[in-house]
Amino acid sequence: MKLQLLQIAHARSGDKGDTGNVGIIARKPEYYPIIKKYVTAEVVKKHFTGICLGKVERFEIPNLLALNFLLHETLGGGGTVSLKNDAQGKTLSSALLRMEIEIEEQL
Amino acid sequence: MKDKIRIASGQGFWGDLLTAPVDQVTKGPVDYMMMDYLAEVTMSIMQKQKMKDPSLGYAKDLVPLMETILPTIVQKNIKVITNGGGVNPEGCRDAIFKAAKKLGIKGLKIGVVVGDNILGRLDELKSKKIDLKNMESGETLTSVRDRIVSANVYFGARPIVEALKQGAQIVITGRTTDTALTYAPMIHEFGWPWNDWDKLAVGVVTGHILECGGQASGGNFSADWKSVPDLAHIGFPIAEAFPNGEIIITKHENTGGLVSVQTISEQLMYEIGDPTNYITPECVADFTTIKLEQVGKNRVKLFGVKGKPATDLYKVSMSYADGYTAISTLTYAWPDALEKAKAADQILRTRLADLGLKFDEIRTEFLGLNSCHGPIAPMPDIINEVVLRIGVRGHDKNAVERFGKEIAPLILTGPPAVTGFAGGRPKPSEVIAYWPSLIPKTAVEPKVIVEEV
Repeated sequence: MKLQLLQIAHARSGDKGDTGNVGIIARKPEYYPIIKKYVTAEVVKKHFTGICLGKVERFEIPNLLALNFLLHETLGGGGTVSLKNDAQGKTLSSALLRMEIEIEEQL
Repeated sequence: MKDKIRIASGQGFWGDLLTAPVDQVTKGPVDYMMMDYLAEVTMSIMQKQKMKDPSLGYAKDLVPLMETILPTIVQKNIKVITNGGGVNPEGCRDAIFKAAKKLGIKGLKIGVVVGDNILGRLDELKSKKIDLKNMESGETLTSVRDRIVSANVYFGARPIVEALKQGAQIVITGRTTDTALTYAPMIHEFGWPWNDWDKLAVGVVTGHILECGGQASGGNFSADWKSVPDLAHIGFPIAEAFPNGEIIITKHENTGGLVSVQTISEQLMYEIGDPTNYITPECVADFTTIKLEQVGKNRVKLFGVKGKPATDLYKVSMSYADGYTAISTLTYAWPDALEKAKAADQILRTRLADLGLKFDEIRTEFLGLNSCHGPIAPMPDIINEVVLRIGVRGHDKNAVERFGKEIAPLILTGPPAVTGFAGGRPKPSEVIAYWPSLIPKTAVEPKVIVEEV
């Protein structure tokens, strides 16, 4: 089945220099294996084509049902250097929740 | 030893809700209030203010705020810990002493922490072979040395604990880790040893929850923002800390907002890197060991946190001048709103090129369409209006200034149905770039001064 991440996860994002961080959290414990399986660093890098110009790192925080992504070279230089409206990557969280994934499992 | 202390979050950044700290000390019992004022580039703003007026260089909001809450915190013996001292904690203290005198308050002790400001020591440090290279790019400081505006070491909780020990009711620091403002009182009250890494780590995690104010108690909550009650009267988070290292995150009764496992989890994800190595001056916390449990309405228990020994290094935050930017906007209305905005952008770029102006970057975004989600955002069928937002960055101040004079002419010499040019020509604003680095702990020494009015 096809679903949008927003249905099964919530998120918060922030900045460190030119790197954006996006933490996504499964809405229920049974959704965590799904986001862990399908929302890989590669998939996230592809989703952010044209926004994230560097590499994407992924970290697992199973105790909080969460994954943390670091999106390098994403904020137009970051801080006061950036000309972006969203220079601090505050909306990267909802941008990730827009992602659609095709899953084998039934919810 | 107290069997419990209550630490309130009063400010999450310089510019945060001004009523929050007042509510925290009046709407229910608290023992401590922490207030975080310093973002990465805040110190450079304060340094510039101090260069213009040597008595300034701190979060000016703090003085009228303290004037408001001083009678309450003195009467209730609430201790206030803040990094709002910026590049001039002593100047901040003097201004608060002045306010206290005006209010007729006597016997007030204020502690300041200094020694974090190494702007005047850069050459001395270089001669000691401490090169302060950029910890992200690896570049040596030489390339920006002449343009450094501020340079500060991130101290931890030790000097704050020392100030509390000397009886300070208010502790004002310069650059200090945000989290230290929260766990210093735990160490002071409960006597946790500096090598009890798990206890320090739970303090650090509590600090991370409190350091952004309302963002942990229902603000900016993505899971279900509509379910958060009464955000107009949001209660900022409060940590109840126990000597065994157990923490309850809550907020005052009869306030708005929400404290739940979900709101806390979102805040824990904010601005983190490798969750297993959350590095602070006094320990390395492992976020993959955090356990949260809802134990009541607006009450979340935090436990199980593990920590590791601290490193031998302090983080250093430096800033340097790196050119100028100017940004402006125009609004285009239906029909063909986006096409017109794109045409205006091309006309402007042509004119800038004809003038021979050089920029490091010209950036165009269309607010309402793609400034947040870029190419991920699908285009709507009908575009009623769009805001053209265009910005330039460069090292030639005159070019950036000239860009500002090319926006308004587009109204009468470009595509039709355009409005929204407000606030006059955009002025060049100086770019302050960030230079993160590391320094051996042995190279700097925090200094604590406690004085009484």
